[in-house]
Amino acid sequence: MIVATQFVRFDSLPLDCGATLAPVDVAYETYGTLNEARSNAILILHALTGDAHAAGISRETGKPGWWDNSIGPGKAFDTDKYFIICSNVLGGCRGTTGPPSIDPATGRPYAMSFPVITIADMVRLQKKLIDHLGIPRLLAVAGGSMGGMQALQWAADYPGSVAAAIPIATTWRHSAQQIAFNEVGRQAIMADPDWNQGDYYDSRPPARGLAIARMIGHITYMSDESMREKFGRRLRDKDKYGFDFSIDFEVESYLRYRGAQFVDRFDANSYLYITKALDYFDLTNGRGSLADVLGQTTARFLVISFTSDWLYPSYQSLEIVRALRSRNRDVTYCELSSNYGHDAFLVDISEQTEVIRSFLASTYREKAAA
Amino acid sequence: MSSVLEERKKTSVREILGRSDYAIISSLVEPGTKVLDLGCGDGELLAWLVENKGVEARGIEINRARVQKAIARGVTVFQGDIDEGLADIPDQSFDYVILSQTLQETRHPLKVLQEMLRVGRHVIVTFPNFGHWSVRLSHLFSGRAPRTRLFPYEWYDSPNIHFLTVKDFEDLAQAQGWTIERRIFLAGHHMGRFLANLMAETAVFMLRR
Repeated sequence: MIVATQFVRFDSLPLDCGATLAPVDVAYETYGTLNEARSNAILILHALTGDAHAAGISRETGKPGWWDNSIGPGKAFDTDKYFIICSNVLGGCRGTTGPPSIDPATGRPYAMSFPVITIADMVRLQKKLIDHLGIPRLLAVAGGSMGGMQALQWAADYPGSVAAAIPIATTWRHSAQQIAFNEVGRQAIMADPDWNQGDYYDSRPPARGLAIARMIGHITYMSDESMREKFGRRLRDKDKYGFDFSIDFEVESYLRYRGAQFVDRFDANSYLYITKALDYFDLTNGRGSLADVLGQTTARFLVISFTSDWLYPSYQSLEIVRALRSRNRDVTYCELSSNYGHDAFLVDISEQTEVIRSFLASTYREKAAA
Repeated sequence: MSSVLEERKKTSVREILGRSDYAIISSLVEPGTKVLDLGCGDGELLAWLVENKGVEARGIEINRARVQKAIARGVTVFQGDIDEGLADIPDQSFDYVILSQTLQETRHPLKVLQEMLRVGRHVIVTFPNFGHWSVRLSHLFSGRAPRTRLFPYEWYDSPNIHFLTVKDFEDLAQAQGWTIERRIFLAGHHMGRFLANLMAETAVFMLRR
C-alpha cells in the first residue's frame, strides 16, 4: 500500500491559551474506503513524536508507517472494513502547523512565538479535519500514550461525534513523574547553546540537546526486562572495557543511535511545545471530578494497559475505568501482558490486535450497521 | 491459583450442568434488563443473554486470557477482582447480578454478597452444595477432605476456600434479612426440591434485599 500525505488549510483555530492561530495547515493520510453511510471512519491519534504517516509505504520516503503492524488489511484496524484517518498534531513538525512553520505576520518561523498549545487544541483541530472530510460521527478514536489522551479528550469534548474510544497505555492527567521526565528533556534542549532561544532555523539546530531528550524518552519507553533482554551488559564492538568515555556498552550505542537519528526528523521547538501540552493535560481541567467529566461521554470505551509500562502504569488506566464505571458507562478494560514497557502498544501487538479487532467489530455491529 | 486448575474447575462445572445453568438463569432474567456477571469467564453466558434476552451485559473477570475471549465475543468486560470490590459501581445500577460457581472461592463471601445486593436489584448466586450426600460419605469413609465429582481437588490445590451447604446459605439469608425469591436445586441435570441439602449438587438462589 503506497500512501501519500495530504494537506488541508483552515482559516483559523482558537486556542485554550486565548490566542488564535491563522491559518492552520493539517497534514493527514487516509487508508481504506469511507462507506456510503459514512459510518466506518476511525481516527488514529499519534504519540509525542509520531506523524500522519501511520500505515502503508510513504510515496515520499519509502518508509512504513509508525503503526503499520496494526493498520491494514486484516490487521487490528482493518482497512478492508474501515476508513482510517491519521493526522499530524497541532504543534508538530511533520506538515501540520507548529513552531517551525512560517508565521504569516513576520514571514519567519514562529519558533518560540508559537502559542502554547494543549491536547484539547490538538483535538479541536482534528474535529475541523473530520468535518472537512464530511464525517458526521467517527466509529472510533484510538491511540496510545499521547494518542490515548487525545482519544479521551475527543470522547469528552465531542460526545456526539464518537461511537467508541480506545485509549491505550495512557493517563487522564500527567503525573509528577511524567512531567519530571519531560522537563529533563526540555532542559537538555534549552541548555544546548545551538538552541539559541528557539531561533535556530537559519543556523545549526540544537542536535545534542534534542538527542539527549530523545535518549531519556527511550529509556522511559522500555522496561528493565526489555533492556536486559535487548542489551544486557554486552559490549559494543570490543572484548573488554575501553577505559575511556567512548562507547563501551551496547545500550549506550543504541541510545546514541536513536538520539542522532531523531534529530534528522524532529524539530526541537516542537518537542518543547508538545511535551508542554502533555504536561498540561488534565482531562477534568477544573470541570469537576473525573467521573463528572467522563459521565458526560456517550462513547463505549476500550481501555488497554500493559503490565511492564512504568511510564503510564496500569493504575492510571484503572482510574479512567473506575470513573467510567461509577457512571455506568460502557467500558471494557484489559491489562495485557508484555515485557516491552510503554513501547508495547507499538511493538508487542498480537494480543492487542485481537482485542481491538473484536471490540471494533462489536462496535460496528451495534453502532454503525444498525 | 493456577490457570490449569481454573480450567479444570470450569470444565467440571460445565460437565455437571451442561447448559442447564443457562436455561435456569435464562428463566430468571427478564428480557431487556441490565445484567452484571461476576467472574464471567470467557463471556459465554453474557453473550448468550445478549443474544437471546437482549440484555445490557457487563462482566468482571480476573483471568487475562478469558477477558480477551470475552471481548472477542463482544462482551463488555472489566479485568479485575471480585473481592477487590464493586465499590465504584453505583447502588442499584443493575437488574441482576450473577455469581456462578464462585462464591466458595471468594475471600470474603458475605461482603461480596452484600455488595452484589447493593449494586443489583436481584442477585443470582449458584454454588456447589457441600452438604451433598457424596461429600458427606467421602469424608465419613475416607477420613480425609472430601473428593467428589463436584469437589475434585486435593485439599492443597483447591480453589475452594469456603465450604457451604444449602442450609448454611438459607441460614445466612435469614440472618441478614435477605428475601429468597427463588431456589432451584440441581442434581446432575435433574431439578428437585426433595431433601435439597442432601440431594442437590448445585444450588441456585435468587435474592433481593
